[in-house]
Amino acid sequence: MPRRRPFYRCREPLEWDPRMTLARRTVLATAAASLAFPARAADWTSIEQAARGKPVFWNAWAGDDRTNAFIAWVGEQVRASHAIDVHHVRLRDTSEAVARVVAEKAAGRTEGGSVDLVWINGPNFLSMKEQGLLFGPVLDTLPNAALVERVTKPTVVDFTVPTEGFEIPWRMARVVFIADGARVKQPPRSMAALGAWATANPGRLAHPHPRNFLGATFLKQALVELAPDRAALASPAGENFTVMTAPLWAWYTTLRPALWRRGTNFPEGGAALRALLNDGEIDIMISFNPAEAVSAIASGTLPPTVRTFMPDGGTIGNCSFNAIAFNAANREAAMVLANFLLSPVAQARAADPEILGSPTVLALDRLPQADRARFAAARPIPALLTDAELGPALPEPHPTWMTRLTAEWERRFAA
Amino acid sequence: MIPLAPVLLLAAMLVPIGAGLAATVLPAFGWLPALGGHAPSLQPWRDLLASPGLGRAVALTIGTGLAATTASFAVALALAVAARRPAMARVVTALLAPLLATPHAAMAIGLGFLIAPSGWLARLLSPWLTGWSTPPDLATVQDPWGIALTVGLCLKEIPYLLLAILAALAQADAMAARRVAAALGYGPWRAWALVVLPRIWPQMRLPVMAVLAFSLSVVDVALILGPSAPPTLAVMVLRLFADADLARWFPACAGALLLAGIVAAGLGLLLLIERVAARIGTAASRTGRRGGTGSAADAASMCAAILLALLGAGALAVLALWSFAGAWRFPDVLPARWSAAAWQAPMLRGPLLATIGIGLAATILALLLAALCLEREQRTGTRPGRSLALLYLPLLVPQIAFLSGFQQMLVRANLDGGALALVWSHLVFVLPYVFLSLADPWRALDPRLARAAAGLGASPARVLLRITLPLMLRPLLAAGAVGFAVSAGLYLPTLFAGAGRVATLATEAVTLSSGGDRRIGAASALLQAMLPLLAYAAAILLPAWTARHRRGMALQ
Repeated sequence: MPRRRPFYRCREPLEWDPRMTLARRTVLATAAASLAFPARAADWTSIEQAARGKPVFWNAWAGDDRTNAFIAWVGEQVRASHAIDVHHVRLRDTSEAVARVVAEKAAGRTEGGSVDLVWINGPNFLSMKEQGLLFGPVLDTLPNAALVERVTKPTVVDFTVPTEGFEIPWRMARVVFIADGARVKQPPRSMAALGAWATANPGRLAHPHPRNFLGATFLKQALVELAPDRAALASPAGENFTVMTAPLWAWYTTLRPALWRRGTNFPEGGAALRALLNDGEIDIMISFNPAEAVSAIASGTLPPTVRTFMPDGGTIGNCSFNAIAFNAANREAAMVLANFLLSPVAQARAADPEILGSPTVLALDRLPQADRARFAAARPIPALLTDAELGPALPEPHPTWMTRLTAEWERRFAA
Repeated sequence: MIPLAPVLLLAAMLVPIGAGLAATVLPAFGWLPALGGHAPSLQPWRDLLASPGLGRAVALTIGTGLAATTASFAVALALAVAARRPAMARVVTALLAPLLATPHAAMAIGLGFLIAPSGWLARLLSPWLTGWSTPPDLATVQDPWGIALTVGLCLKEIPYLLLAILAALAQADAMAARRVAAALGYGPWRAWALVVLPRIWPQMRLPVMAVLAFSLSVVDVALILGPSAPPTLAVMVLRLFADADLARWFPACAGALLLAGIVAAGLGLLLLIERVAARIGTAASRTGRRGGTGSAADAASMCAAILLALLGAGALAVLALWSFAGAWRFPDVLPARWSAAAWQAPMLRGPLLATIGIGLAATILALLLAALCLEREQRTGTRPGRSLALLYLPLLVPQIAFLSGFQQMLVRANLDGGALALVWSHLVFVLPYVFLSLADPWRALDPRLARAAAGLGASPARVLLRITLPLMLRPLLAAGAVGFAVSAGLYLPTLFAGAGRVATLATEAVTLSSGGDRRIGAASALLQAMLPLLAYAAAILLPAWTARHRRGMALQ
């Protein structure tokens, strides 16, 4: 059943910032970014000057300790280079930040807003973009945006929705699975095989609640593998939702009783899932970070016996973005921060499997040799898949699929 | 300033509640222009009713709320009755302070670490007794029936109600009535039911109501120990408020209102039960039965007290173990590696300072307002009548029913996320406790001291500063410690008023409990539990030190 659009849902962005429209037109007109470069360089200097000494409130999901540590490191760097104070606003869920911008808009606060930069993806982005809650386009104002790989990596589409410069990519994510190698000798190589494995080993597999993005990703990975027409997932979900998801629900209905707690309770998110694997309550978990196993072993939050694996047919990959709220109080500082995140130094640190292990969004062949060398793998690591083993990522379905999958799952299994 | 004090005190509490409720009611009926709601409508209610799992969430809310309140009150009463035996009295007194001081969230996290399938209890018994080499697939926490949630609530509410009973006993001189009943041959338990309980109930009514309202609307404990699919209504509403689909704000407001309705119905039910119980009690007293010695009931109470002590101490101990763990795998009884890294985590410093800062500011403001009110009372000789019941309002209205509305108000005034917003939202909940703790000692102050000072020519201000306040130092600090402990435990007010920008130990502990590094989560929960203890210790030691040369006050 398609969800009705309630009457009070805004259809149009309520306010049109003339600068916004103008800037968008400029960017569209000058797709070849280099033409505008001299002018932008001057603009950028003034932006950097305006940013100096300002705070920036970076609203970022705080459920991952390594990411939190990385954000802290970024804060130190930007403080040293631009005297900017980065405050990490620790979100349980990104929608908290979205709700806050809404509340501010509701209260008529069109400037001096509390959300400067927000780490955002998929449905949250679609929602903010549709409601005109984002500042931009901003991507091509950033000097380092020229280094972003826009063709072979999904850095300018977010869950198939064109970002139109309103989002700044900062890290790549990729679905992998982590298993305790001491207990799982032959990891299942497809979602169908995973279902069979769970039935043979009841209670030893869990996925986060689909309200959590990782839980929804678990369903999406199964959808991509099981849907009768994978290409249709690139368009918004419509009448075809029932047909496309029928094999998924058939698969899940069999799987559910074999899940941890017989599928009646679900861990809150990835970190809770990892705790279950560490406690030995489950044997296999899904992860959105190919290097999670490596760093978790290092920090003692997973046993050294865990190994990373993935389905033979490939897995979903996507890009994590930052966006600036339409009423951000510290817009310039947010831009400087976003630009630093695109620098080879920051990207190389994020890509280091011991730190974050997030594949870079940059086009390595466009970097100078010295910067490219930063990305060279230090040494092979047993719990880590190589780039060749990872292979190319499968595209994310349109955000409407995720929204409707979650709603339908709740209707079927949580009522 | 002093004449205005009662108005200020009530305004500080009632403005956020009133304005917040209004800002929740309007969107619940379709009115929120900024989100496109321009006309009254019942669509939010239809959307709410269509939310998956609403029925079970409501049932879960009512079930856990009633069960936790009933069980807590019954156990607290039993402990109070059994405490007439000296051995039991010692256990009860030892139990009270640490359990009361530990915030709900910290206790819930510790309890979870204790009773989870991979928790410490299972580790202590595995594999030698249970044969488990991996944790069993049993829902001992976050179970679909909310049993763990109910136990977690009882663990905190039993001490609270016990304290209220002990305070009421002292006031109502109920023990004299019990001695008369004993002389007439009534057994201790029957005497309690027939003559003590009716005497202390008028003072117990509001605390029991507060416990019921809290249990029905609690968020942090339900997030930690309650089931997730579906959760309790309060958690469901919180999720709707935070949904990426902004249109969910409307059904969220409707849900918050529904919760307020459930709480109101629960309070009504309590008053009904009160009447029925009075009838039954009267009828029971007419039978003339005397009741037995109650030694079996005493033994059962002793067991309950020991279980309570074990759960409470175990929860705190396992928090301490986890905070110093390096790697701790099932079924090891103790960590394989130890590490103090969690305590050095820089992410705890900010929340620690925020908790202390907000707590101190809210407590000092509350003390100031309460003291001024009581001083005015003393000078004018008038007692507030029914307006005293308003003090309980912040404890009776579900937090989620007015905090989102209050947040909107703060945003409109451009105050959200600022120190003022946080301190104010904490003040709403700190004030009642501070005022109630301070009122009795203040009113009990011998008025002749002030009269003597005035007779010697001292101005009222000088009397206040030189006589009343020094004499009131101990109650002031005790009330301050209570207020600080309340503030340190507040989760939802920080979440809403802090605009997500301000993390306290409470929000940090709850966030980390849903995942994240268990060791840092344990450290933050333990830190959250230690702050109130330090405040209580200061409230005991400081007056003892300042009064070290005054034997009369030191003996107080």
